[in-house]
Amino acid sequence: MTATLQRAPAGSTRRRRTELRRLPVWAVAAAAVAAAVWVVFFADGTPAGAAVANPGNFVVTLLDAVTFAGLLFVAASGFTLIFGLMRTVNMAHGSLFLLAAYVAIRVQEAMVGRSRNIDASDVGLLDWVVPMLVGATVAAVLGLVIQQVFLQWNEGQELRQALITLAITVVLADQMLREFGGLAGRMVWPGAVTHFFSIMGERYALTRVFMLGVAVLVGVLLWLWLNKTSLGMVIRAGVDDRQMVRGLGINIKRVFAVTFFVGSFLAGLGGVLGASFAGVAPGTDGDWLLNALVVVIIGGLGSIKGAVAGSLLYGTVVAFAPAYLPSQYSFYAIIVTFALLAMVLAVRPYGLFGRPA
Amino acid sequence: MTARRLLTRGNIGLALLVVLLLAMPNLASAFFVNFVLTQTMMLGVAAATIVFLARYGGMVSLAQFLLVGVAGFMFGNAALEGGARGLNLGLNPWLAVVFAIAVTTTVAFVLGALASRTTGLYFLMLTLVYAVIGFFVFAQIVELSGPGGITSIQRPDLMGPPVRLYYVGVGLSVLVYLGFRALGRTTFGLTLQGVRDDPIRMASLGFNVPMHRTLAFTLAGFVAGLSGVLHVWWNGQIDPASIAIGPSLILLIMAVIGGISYFEGAWLGAFVYVLAFTYLRDLPLIDRIGITEARFNTVIGAVVLLIMVLSPEGLAGIAARVRRRVRRPGSVAPTAPAGGPSSAA
Repeated sequence: MTATLQRAPAGSTRRRRTELRRLPVWAVAAAAVAAAVWVVFFADGTPAGAAVANPGNFVVTLLDAVTFAGLLFVAASGFTLIFGLMRTVNMAHGSLFLLAAYVAIRVQEAMVGRSRNIDASDVGLLDWVVPMLVGATVAAVLGLVIQQVFLQWNEGQELRQALITLAITVVLADQMLREFGGLAGRMVWPGAVTHFFSIMGERYALTRVFMLGVAVLVGVLLWLWLNKTSLGMVIRAGVDDRQMVRGLGINIKRVFAVTFFVGSFLAGLGGVLGASFAGVAPGTDGDWLLNALVVVIIGGLGSIKGAVAGSLLYGTVVAFAPAYLPSQYSFYAIIVTFALLAMVLAVRPYGLFGRPA
Repeated sequence: MTARRLLTRGNIGLALLVVLLLAMPNLASAFFVNFVLTQTMMLGVAAATIVFLARYGGMVSLAQFLLVGVAGFMFGNAALEGGARGLNLGLNPWLAVVFAIAVTTTVAFVLGALASRTTGLYFLMLTLVYAVIGFFVFAQIVELSGPGGITSIQRPDLMGPPVRLYYVGVGLSVLVYLGFRALGRTTFGLTLQGVRDDPIRMASLGFNVPMHRTLAFTLAGFVAGLSGVLHVWWNGQIDPASIAIGPSLILLIMAVIGGISYFEGAWLGAFVYVLAFTYLRDLPLIDRIGITEARFNTVIGAVVLLIMVLSPEGLAGIAARVRRRVRRPGSVAPTAPAGGPSSAA
């Protein structure tokens, strides 16, 4: 956009420099087009096959991408919300995710009355929703305590805050290992959504679509909260200019506390969804901190729009790379994630919707 | 005057320390030398690269342990010839060292170039992502390692007795310590510190800001690679779990415990960590208060939390503050010297 504006008055040196700067953009566009053409026409010999020859697999992969993106969004939105307002990188985000998952699993076990081999048909919708809310609330309260005790008094010392939350992560991970053991745990989806439906001749799990629905609901509520309530407006104003908000006489400490509470609540929701989707175990906290980081680095820190875009892009890569790489190279899927990150950073160092701190 | 005297005193102290370290094999048990001290030297060098990037460049990197691991994996891939996993290049061990260092430096250059336009927290997060992706690369790509890692890696015959490894570690540590300190006074080092303090001004003065950051990261990667080769010689094997997110955090924690804007802090932090890791379980009555070996991470996390809450400059920072207060009672101690990252943030 700026490039076209500059072009008219620019001399030849300037034009060349502008063109040079656009080089990464062209390279990235070419790579994206090449990947799409590969998936649609040439991907024979891959686990999924070319999309024109095998549309069913393509649709399934696409659904995988979008549903996983929903989970990514829920997990990353809290992280980006907290950063956007407070410039705090909450490295304990993954720990809150895992804690909520463990608590929700415990509550569900208590509600169903069995501690193992819970069958989906035993689980009513309430047996899933109530544990989710309890788990997320526990995470939110813990997040609020962390903010009040460790982060409130050193506001602005970003690195110190990041290291403090890192230390908290180490302690929390160890204590959760002590309390919940080293075995993998799993939430059970409500029985009403645990079946398959058929699409383009392929069977697909309804639970994944349900997960996407929950994620969209969370996204819509978040959007309404940020855009239609007065507190949301204060938060958006705080993202743009904290000093001004403070100068207008708004109690920003309270706003910070509420934001941290909500951000941690979102981490907890993500944890419960993740525990239902793939189960949790020690180490899941690190994986999901990574997922949240990748999403916000791609999308831009502090931007909800960026979290949506980052989730969709990252979800697409995660779903498509193993399916559309040649079979003997499926192991290299992780390289594609890295390539996505590299391409986005080459074009926009602060992410798609981000801006320098 | 005072500065010169202080410098000399510091140098004498360093020389005495080196003599003491060289004499250690005759003074202490083999376990203490070959396990505790050797590990301190290797991890200290790796942690020093974090300090180097943080102190001169204002970049806190979580990817340094990944680079240590890359060097280890590459040495294993190059030196072995008949293993079940890896490339099995079967090179001469010294050629394998060159290969490992070259690959590590190249990787560091690419990663550094990619991260060179970000600073501060963005850099921290991006390098964390590097570390985790690096773990998955080695865990998933069986041509390089696979989840089981590479085992039975022999060190060169010259390095046979473990105590030689210790001497190499001491020598490398001294070189790295002096080298990093000297680098701060070269044109490159001064420019880098200028970039740390005000990138926009340096850019308008005509300095290539991303290039300086990239080169700094590359140099740090080179040094981390040296530490990695030592590490794989010492360990004899390497697997992806040993470069996962946990160990990467621990390396940063060492730098933080020691003091992230002091080069001495890197080795101090490594020493404290290894000491705690080795001997904490032997303290009498320690299990009575609920601290057992299994809860080691809680202790370490709590210690780091305490240090970060009390003083973000770590043990070396606390020591410097105490020294200043003892020397000039009543005067107000200035904040972190040379603008550590914590004060620059």
